[in-house]
Amino acid sequence: MNRNALLFGGVALLYILTGFMQSWNTALAIFNMGLISAVMALGVNIQWGYAGLFNVGIMGFVALGGLATVLVAMPPIPEAWAAGGLRIYAALLLGAGTIGAAIVTYRRMSAGKIRALAVLAIFVVGYILYRGMFDPARDAIEAVNPALTGYLGGAGLPILLAWPAGGLLAAGAAWLIGKTALGLRSDYLAIATLGIAEIIIAVMKNEDWLGRGVKNVVGLPRPVPYEVDLQESASFVENAAWLGLDPATASTIWVKLLYGCLFAIVLLLLIWLTQMALNSPWGRMMRAIRDNETAAEAMGKDVTRRHLQIFIIGSAICGMAGAMITTLDGQLTPGTYQPLRFTFLIWVMVIVGGSGNNWGSVLGGFLIWWLWIQVEPIGGAIMNVITLPLPDGSGLKNHLLDSVQHIRLLTMGVVLLLVLRFSPRGLIPEK
Amino acid sequence: MDLLNAFVALLNFVIIPATAYGSQLALGALGVTLIYGILRFSNFAHGDTMAFGAMITILVTWMFQAIGISLGPLPTALLALPFGIAATAGMMLLTDRWVYRFYRAQKAKPIILVMASLGVMFVLNGIVRVIIGPGEQQFNDGARFIINARDFKEMTGLSEGLAFRSSQGITIVVTVIAVAALFWFLNRTRTGKSMRAYSDNEDLALLSGINPEKVVRVTWILAAILATTAGVLYGLDKAFKPFTYFQLLLPIFASAIVGGLGNPLGAIAGGYIIAFSEVTLTYAWKKVLTHALPESMAPDGLVQLLSTDYKYAVSFTILVIVLIFKPYGLFRGKAV
Repeated sequence: MNRNALLFGGVALLYILTGFMQSWNTALAIFNMGLISAVMALGVNIQWGYAGLFNVGIMGFVALGGLATVLVAMPPIPEAWAAGGLRIYAALLLGAGTIGAAIVTYRRMSAGKIRALAVLAIFVVGYILYRGMFDPARDAIEAVNPALTGYLGGAGLPILLAWPAGGLLAAGAAWLIGKTALGLRSDYLAIATLGIAEIIIAVMKNEDWLGRGVKNVVGLPRPVPYEVDLQESASFVENAAWLGLDPATASTIWVKLLYGCLFAIVLLLLIWLTQMALNSPWGRMMRAIRDNETAAEAMGKDVTRRHLQIFIIGSAICGMAGAMITTLDGQLTPGTYQPLRFTFLIWVMVIVGGSGNNWGSVLGGFLIWWLWIQVEPIGGAIMNVITLPLPDGSGLKNHLLDSVQHIRLLTMGVVLLLVLRFSPRGLIPEK
Repeated sequence: MDLLNAFVALLNFVIIPATAYGSQLALGALGVTLIYGILRFSNFAHGDTMAFGAMITILVTWMFQAIGISLGPLPTALLALPFGIAATAGMMLLTDRWVYRFYRAQKAKPIILVMASLGVMFVLNGIVRVIIGPGEQQFNDGARFIINARDFKEMTGLSEGLAFRSSQGITIVVTVIAVAALFWFLNRTRTGKSMRAYSDNEDLALLSGINPEKVVRVTWILAAILATTAGVLYGLDKAFKPFTYFQLLLPIFASAIVGGLGNPLGAIAGGYIIAFSEVTLTYAWKKVLTHALPESMAPDGLVQLLSTDYKYAVSFTILVIVLIFKPYGLFRGKAV
């Protein structure tokens, strides 16, 4: 335990040093994303550490969480709903009904050419009907004031509700993907999740009626006050002056602290829940399944069902974290979802921290996120020293200075490989 | 109604592009499937290996262009390809020595090797972006077309043009040569036979005195040849951009799995199945149908089944369907 406290203390020191050497604003900004990273790492740790499921589609679930903030918190657009809101959801239901009918037909009829033809016919007819209903509705919605809205808007509810909603949305997607890919070989799940993440991003980029696509949704409501309002409030300015801070700095720090408190509440709640789960009979069963599936199955455990359950729970946590990120950003920008940043970085966090150990994942989240942010200035400084002998304005010097931002990827890869090789159980190993 | 024009349009917009794309996927999937067969893990770094090989080839191509060496009508990149292959093979042998060999000796679970390959992917991705940058690079020189659309129209008097780009022709020819050479190697040479034996039954192969480290080395070199060739051909045909190569991972894996992981013949078939489905489902059929149907039935819309932005959904859907109905692929692959 002593060692763990030391590790956490070391990471805390990194953040405090950032506060003193750069600014407290930077330190708090990194810390807030560190809190969210820790939540994501917990979600991945549940899947990998408890059950040994290899999910490389975290980005997709995170993006779904982001979509949930728009669907929950933005005000609805009555004109767009009048233009085609019900029609478009009816079309989607029809599409889902087609797939359902095809599955039922496939299960009910006996194998043979007739069954294949019947299933094919259902798909063709269903698809034509679906497009016939969907396309005009979509065009009608997207034609409503396209420069500002052009989408259905959301439900106009408080944005904090989007966090559980994001979890639910991600859980639904996880159920779909788990139903098909779980129970097959382990690397099939990896490839299936890789694919579903790309598709979720493609849908979010292209379905303008849903979340404005690459036109982005900006100005999401915030759960905390705006800096400008704080600076205008007399009591806040007074308090800031009493602390010896100018109102601008004080307001940004205050807002970040409020966000930090919200995220910390979620994180602490999740740590408590996951620790309870890990030490419960359910957690022991999960680890038994992970360590020896055949033996667990022989003991009467339904391995595929348990895997599905844990896959959904882990993905839901990632979806919730995604909603938290979008809330913090205040905007949904589907173009910024990159697998390296939202999937593989989280994996590095879990493995470096110690898979199978919740505290390890949290530590990994804070440490790796700090590193991810700080590698760039540190790398820039090193690169400046290296390129010192080169003349100013030379092509090579500019190229090397430009490439600093890509050194992050390299560093993360090297960190992952070194930890896998020399400390595969991570900084805080599983007990 | 004009069936000849319809056929030319079909050839121009569907068959030729899909064949070229399918060849590139097949080469990529062959690399994945070989590594899976011998080393028994899914190599996630394959897309970035392709990017690395293509990058070295581009750098050498630029050097050749600067000193004035060219292949006339053929792209200079073909001359630079062997250098790209050599560098990639060296790089892969080094990663094997530094990364994978350790886990092999430990007999680690396949999933650990997959994770290590993720780390390698990160590093390669970083190296490529540091050296050549994340932007798009064009390096295709030489003749642009084998058949030009305008010449074709004048020659045949048809209203539809047929454009056959030289990059597409080169892709198809190079793929045929590479696949023929690979199968000759696997079926006829001593090393190739020992590779197949090792893939089929590791213990039996070891008992027969096959040197596993040599088999592994040869596999990495073959994978480097295939990956670099696929990467360069894709770059010639479309354009080189590091992130695109990472995204190619999904259709490549889909090809390999659809054909049956570990089965080279399946990888080739899978590549073409994925490419043809992707192109036919995302192509706007209006032109072909306008020619093929009587005037009264000509379609109003684009008759596009899926927007091109959803092309990855096609490989994914095929992958899922095959996994549900034939979990070991169309041609029986192996399971670990």
